[in-house]
Amino acid sequence: MAKHEYSYYPGCSSQSGASSSNLMRSVNSMCEELDVKLNEIPDWNCCSASIGYGSGSVLPRVSLSARNIALSEEANPGQDIVATCAACWLSTKEASERLHEDEGMFKDVNTALAEANLKLNNNTPVRHMAEVLIEDIGFDALAEGVKKPLEGVKIAGYVGCQTNRPFGIAGESFENPKYLDKLVSSLGGDAIESYEKKVQCCGGALAFSEPEKSQEMIHGIIEAAYDNGADMIVTPCPLCQANVEIYQDEINARYNSKFEMPVVYYSQLISVAYGRNSKDAALDGQLIKAKKLEEIAG
Amino acid sequence: MANYDKKLGAYICSGCGIGDRLDVSQLETTAKRDGKAANCKTHDFLCSKAGVEMIQKDIDDGEVNHVIIGGCSRRSKIEAFRFPEAAVTRANLREGCIWIRPDNDEAQETTQEMADDLIRMACAESKYMNIPTASGEQELNKTLLVVGGGITGMTTALESAKAGYNVVLVEKAAELGGWMAQLHKRTPNKMPYAAPQDTGIDATIAAVNDHANITVHLNTTVSKTEGAPGRFKVELAVESGSASTVDVGAIVQASGFNMFDPANVPAMNHDKSADIVTNMELEALANAAGDGPIKRPSDGKQVSSVIFIQNVGQNSEEEGHLPYHSGIGDMVSIKQAMYFKHLNGDCDTTILFDNLRTPGAAGEDFYRAGQDAMVTFRKGIASEVVAGGDLEVKFKDMILDEEFTESADLVVLDVGMVPNSGPDPYAADNLPKDEDGNPIEEENAVSVESILNLDYRQGTDLPHLRHGFTDSHFICFPYETRRTGIYSAGPVRRPMDIHQTMEDAAGAAMKAIQALENAGKGRAAHPRSGDLSYPLFRKEGCTQCKRCTVECPFGAINEDEKGFPVFNESRCRRCGTCMGACPVRVISFDNYSVDTVGQQIKNVDIPDEFDEKPRILVLACENDAYPALDMAGQNGIEYSSFARIIPVRCLGSVNTIWLTDALNSGYDGIVLMGCSKGDEYQCHFVKGSEMAHYRMGKIADTLQTLSLEEERVATYEVAITDIQRAPKLINDMAETIEQIGMSPFKF
Amino acid sequence: MSLNTAMVEKYRNNFLQEVAGNVEEGDWVKMCMQCGVCAGSCPLGNAWEHTPQKLFMMIRANKRDEVLTSDSMWMCTSCYNCIVRCPRELPITHIMHGLATYAKKLGLAPQSNPTQWFSETFWNNMMKKGRVNELKLGLSLYFKDGFVSGIKESIAHQKLGMNMMKAKRMAPMEIMGGHGVKDLSGLQKMIKKAQDIEAERLEANSK
Repeated sequence: MAKHEYSYYPGCSSQSGASSSNLMRSVNSMCEELDVKLNEIPDWNCCSASIGYGSGSVLPRVSLSARNIALSEEANPGQDIVATCAACWLSTKEASERLHEDEGMFKDVNTALAEANLKLNNNTPVRHMAEVLIEDIGFDALAEGVKKPLEGVKIAGYVGCQTNRPFGIAGESFENPKYLDKLVSSLGGDAIESYEKKVQCCGGALAFSEPEKSQEMIHGIIEAAYDNGADMIVTPCPLCQANVEIYQDEINARYNSKFEMPVVYYSQLISVAYGRNSKDAALDGQLIKAKKLEEIAG
Repeated sequence: MANYDKKLGAYICSGCGIGDRLDVSQLETTAKRDGKAANCKTHDFLCSKAGVEMIQKDIDDGEVNHVIIGGCSRRSKIEAFRFPEAAVTRANLREGCIWIRPDNDEAQETTQEMADDLIRMACAESKYMNIPTASGEQELNKTLLVVGGGITGMTTALESAKAGYNVVLVEKAAELGGWMAQLHKRTPNKMPYAAPQDTGIDATIAAVNDHANITVHLNTTVSKTEGAPGRFKVELAVESGSASTVDVGAIVQASGFNMFDPANVPAMNHDKSADIVTNMELEALANAAGDGPIKRPSDGKQVSSVIFIQNVGQNSEEEGHLPYHSGIGDMVSIKQAMYFKHLNGDCDTTILFDNLRTPGAAGEDFYRAGQDAMVTFRKGIASEVVAGGDLEVKFKDMILDEEFTESADLVVLDVGMVPNSGPDPYAADNLPKDEDGNPIEEENAVSVESILNLDYRQGTDLPHLRHGFTDSHFICFPYETRRTGIYSAGPVRRPMDIHQTMEDAAGAAMKAIQALENAGKGRAAHPRSGDLSYPLFRKEGCTQCKRCTVECPFGAINEDEKGFPVFNESRCRRCGTCMGACPVRVISFDNYSVDTVGQQIKNVDIPDEFDEKPRILVLACENDAYPALDMAGQNGIEYSSFARIIPVRCLGSVNTIWLTDALNSGYDGIVLMGCSKGDEYQCHFVKGSEMAHYRMGKIADTLQTLSLEEERVATYEVAITDIQRAPKLINDMAETIEQIGMSPFKF
Repeated sequence: MSLNTAMVEKYRNNFLQEVAGNVEEGDWVKMCMQCGVCAGSCPLGNAWEHTPQKLFMMIRANKRDEVLTSDSMWMCTSCYNCIVRCPRELPITHIMHGLATYAKKLGLAPQSNPTQWFSETFWNNMMKKGRVNELKLGLSLYFKDGFVSGIKESIAHQKLGMNMMKAKRMAPMEIMGGHGVKDLSGLQKMIKKAQDIEAERLEANSK
């Protein structure tokens, strides 16, 4: 039996062929190394992210998350739900909390769930993979398993919004969370603690609908990492990763800059530091190659 | 004045590094030879039990009655070195010498010289002082007079009575209760701070009337107050014309406030419509409503929309307005807005605020409760209320940056509190002066009725700080006034709400009790609490110049029919400002006099001009500057070894003779350090520092007569926090002397 | 009578009451103390015609049309910065979403606002299979202003798309259907029920 076992909510963008499939692949490698078993919630649905609000009002949106929790409670009883996507985690956790606080809504949601022959008990903790790493495994244990320290790699920890607010990681501040820096240090890398844009918004879903406004913010996020001497940015959030990585060509054209800043997931750092090859660490999924990681991975 | 043989004992501590840094046996020799201390001993841990017992034994054996401690600062080990039956002086060898000098061979000689001088100074001071004893003039009177029968006065009376003291409570009106009795409800003082609460004033009035220790005088005013703490004689005048006299030990003035007159803000049109009311007038409407809805006065229509305008004429520079903010009006309006939410159903209730002030947890909770009850809070500045059938309020919404006009059935004006003080004894000092320095009377100055009718040299009532509020020490001693034994409490002191005024009343009661007990024992009030010394006066030398009676910051000194000062010792705070003022030096204290300081100055060893060892006299206020210098020592901040520092009770006690003598005897520079003066004063004796600065302004003449450079005397305002600056001021003087050269007056 | 008209008549001049009764977390609006921390904390603050602080004040000042037709709340990126900084702990992000949703339900949301359009497209995309089809979502974004401009947008973003495909982060076969939930009908019935419950409540509120 694995040391740790969770009910896993991968989310739409982590599916094969989706924009953060590299997150899922590297999470799988990471979990193998850490002896973590992820049991996918059967037939999970989209959480509707935060952008779904325009058409989906409160009750439909909360029902979507409630369905996932109900499915998890049915298939993986007693297991904490773990999400790797910031939006999935936030939507699910928020729904769970609201349903705890609002009895009327809890009743309504169960009425809706009954249409799908489901029932929600709502007694399942909803957690982010970062919480598993920090709370269940710990930085010391993480450091112990490092086979190839990320020596000399300067990494800016970009926490972003929804992994950080409104819930965040216990014990961290909203304005200056430090767990990514601690993680990088545990893996033998050089954390850039002075990175001032670590909780700056990348625009989220508005990167699609308001590209100019969003890219102005993304520009700042990359520029700050660059000015701090970063070799790459690490993030826990799929949308942060995508927004900050994939528009760099457009941003360079818009701002006459020459950024080529790799943006990777924490799971990729861990996979490489634990000795996995580039493919296992999903480094082939980078639009901007993380060369220093590839060198270490070999 | 005591009459006894002085037996000086010098006790030198060699602990805390003093023995390592200084030649202690030489200090002992200095104390014996120069200081004439018959009994000299050294101990390596003087503040220890054994050290203290050694001193005590000498006192008990009759060997010593004047103790000189050579060791730490007079601010350290106060308890250990307290010998009430002896006169005690301290030579500050630790904070004032070894800790402010570098520990090296080069500095050793001057550091030792400094220490020797400190021993000489302490011995000289001791020689010229006496053990203070109370005058025997004291009386203990355990009755308080409370002036004002509102919530402040009643609370003061109850608190004092509960503590076992008798109270004479005087109220001008026919009933107790004051403004609070007119309120419909009060702002809440109990959890969850969510709704207006019954005032409970009836129970308080009943408690006052029922208490055996309290005598209530209604329809009564104070027509004359004479005497001093412990022995005030107060004449009470009843409206009917009869009068009586009571003897009291202390007085609390709780004369409260009046409402600001909205006629001073014409745009509010208060007089143009009965439906434009002040917050106090609204209380009457709410009372009239009973449990039904509040109706507007003009036609009795149930109010379905009301707008509160905050800060009417407050915090404003405009003429006729209040330059301050009463601070409680926003809480009052939230409370009154809730009347409408409770009594008038679905009534549109808007509060136009500027800077909403709802202090404390209770304030914040009540504000939230108001918001929760759907009171609309808008940050808006009203420019006009238009009277007519329906009222219209014109205002600018400061968030939306847009002008609005909203109609309402009723408009409530938040007008502020005006202190109900008597006339300021020093009002004339604050008026603009004509060419001859005479005050120009204001044309439309309102004559204010006296409240206490003090029979004091310096006016009939408590001095004001500003805007008519009574002066207390605005930082350190909130209940105190500048008339010892008389305390002000409640909104006459500063604007406050019920909760604050009740706390204030309890505080003032405790201070008044303390004052009358102190007066009974002949002890000083703060900041020289417990000091038994009092001003002694050599009448035959007095020239009746009146400087002491005019300059006393506490109005303590009256004049007899011939113009001689009458000191009223229990009114005295022992600051020595009278002593500093006296041109013929006939005023002194047992433990502080022209000689105790003058002889310290004289006993410093002045090296001759060619030694290039200047001497800088530093007179430092014991309340702020001296502690700052001590702390400099504790922090290892160095200053010139040429400085000779003498603590003074207040810079106001500095007599210019000290400076003249010092300059004549070869000092090269003088630095005076007092507390900050003026409107934001920090002087513990309110005016002492200001007086000193004024007097030192004239020292230039003296310097000129002596053909000395003006830079040799410098006067500074020093705060207790000036730990870096105070030493620097001394070093600056040392540098100045290096530039302008040594004094030619060395002998 | 349209829902909008019914609401106007029902609440007359008390928009705050209307918001409290019908907007997600709208009951909190009255608790705003107008400090402006939300306005200063918003990453897109400069792009808002009315910051959350102002929207709250406008609600109290009965500026109903100006609020509901505003594109301001559609500028919310859901970063939650305002929420964690609000000293009164108002769920500002949710109120912004709620105002947007409410405006859309009443038919007052600004049609030209791209986020308003994207939000709807996202929801519809997701509801088709229970999971989001990123490829279709991206394509509908390019083609939102019609076929010709869609081709232009596609060409402009061609390199990005190719790179994503190379990195296996975009799958062309998704256009044929792609991922989805198995119990789609159950999911859709559930959503329908949730929507019905809300609609009934809104209808009842407008009476």
